[in-house]
Amino acid sequence: MAASGLSAEVDVGQVVLPGDVLLLPAAPNADGERLRLGPSSAPRGRLLCGPGLRRCAAGLLVTKCGLLRHRPPAGAGTGGGAYWVDSQQKRYVPVKGDPIIGIVTAKAGDIFKVDVGGSEQASLSYLAFEGATKRNRPNVQVGDLVYGQFIVANKDMEPEMVCIDSSGRANGMGIIGHEGLLFKVSLGLIRKLLAPNCEIIQELGQLYPFEIVLGMNGRIWVKAKTVQQTLIVANILEACEHMTSEQRKQALAKLSES
Amino acid sequence: MGSEPEPGCALRPFAVEQGLLSRPDGSAAFVQGDTSVLAGVYGPAEVRSSRESPERAALDVLLRPKVGLPGVLERSREQMVRRACEAALLGELHPRSSVTLVLQVVSDAGSLLSCCLNAACLALLDAGLPLRSLFCGVTCALAPDGAVALDPSARQEKEARAVLTFAFESTEKRLLLSTTRGACSAKELHQCLALAQRATDTIFQFYRDSARRKFSKS
Repeated sequence: MAASGLSAEVDVGQVVLPGDVLLLPAAPNADGERLRLGPSSAPRGRLLCGPGLRRCAAGLLVTKCGLLRHRPPAGAGTGGGAYWVDSQQKRYVPVKGDPIIGIVTAKAGDIFKVDVGGSEQASLSYLAFEGATKRNRPNVQVGDLVYGQFIVANKDMEPEMVCIDSSGRANGMGIIGHEGLLFKVSLGLIRKLLAPNCEIIQELGQLYPFEIVLGMNGRIWVKAKTVQQTLIVANILEACEHMTSEQRKQALAKLSES
Repeated sequence: MGSEPEPGCALRPFAVEQGLLSRPDGSAAFVQGDTSVLAGVYGPAEVRSSRESPERAALDVLLRPKVGLPGVLERSREQMVRRACEAALLGELHPRSSVTLVLQVVSDAGSLLSCCLNAACLALLDAGLPLRSLFCGVTCALAPDGAVALDPSARQEKEARAVLTFAFESTEKRLLLSTTRGACSAKELHQCLALAQRATDTIFQFYRDSARRKFSKS
């Protein structure tokens, strides 16, 4: 009996469900947009299997529900490109290289334990700040917010984060000030806000000047001139998930009048 | 088995709502006829060291009845749902973490275990946990005269000689769970199994349509 779902042809941009097996285009010159679900030989060139997909014997197994996306390969002739599934999620899973906002929960000797919203707390060494030496320790207390990135994040090890980049400079990372407001949104909204030339941030910036830090773990920190403005900016960002762009423009227009 | 559909093999109308609860990482309310179950998933989250496993995520299922405290029947249903979920969940991607699934019975009008299984699958989907395949549950009631009714109501279940619940996974319709209350012959078991397997097409298509609707809105 033919298994369900394997006789159709899936285009990039369609909704895929866990259990769907996507077979890769046989001919190297084939249009990478259509994934034919049928027997095929291995494609030439390296194929990147992104979040939501796993390699299986027949091709790519979908493990999350979402929209299938494809990015064509950068160089000409190096076949493959990348496939991934765009899914909506609230819980964060640490990924190496992601910038995140963490809350310091404990000091244990030479490292800080930081809550990043995942299944385990991340560790942050006290030397991982710009200009920190054994004599010159950073002034980090329990309950502080830190903005850093993961250098070790896989399923087998405890995640480790640092607040410096590879050349030793802070580059915007480090301890976040004591004022301002931290709140949580879904991961999809963060990705939308981090896209280049995001309209939401630009429109909000015209309303009030504010500082914002976006963490890939779904946390946003905002600070505006007064507490009321901070709360308004936070409410708009939280509501952006459910509002269309027209509703958002209306809400911002109403606020700028008052 | 004749080619014409037997009476009573129609499933009751379904409805689902995903992402309705704000606290859990994933949630779904599944309604089958008058039976309704609300499921919430938390995970992958921190785990107590006594429960943690170095190979896979520790899955916990809690089933809360509509009235009263959970009893032995709820515990046995929890274990059944847990086994079906463990077969579908890719727990190896999240070792040393825990996934907690809480099922709340909102109304029980027959086919409760299969409604719980469906709500659990949709909640796991909503939470974005990695799954090997989807799964669904189908209940059959065998009347004293041998007639088979799929997705029975509470009255049909009470009058039936045997009530069988099956869980199937979506890639090759293999059986994940089979539980029977009452007595039936082997031939009748196979008959119910075949009918239930055919009915899963409708359910998986319903999952696909509700996923399309969810992503078309955003």
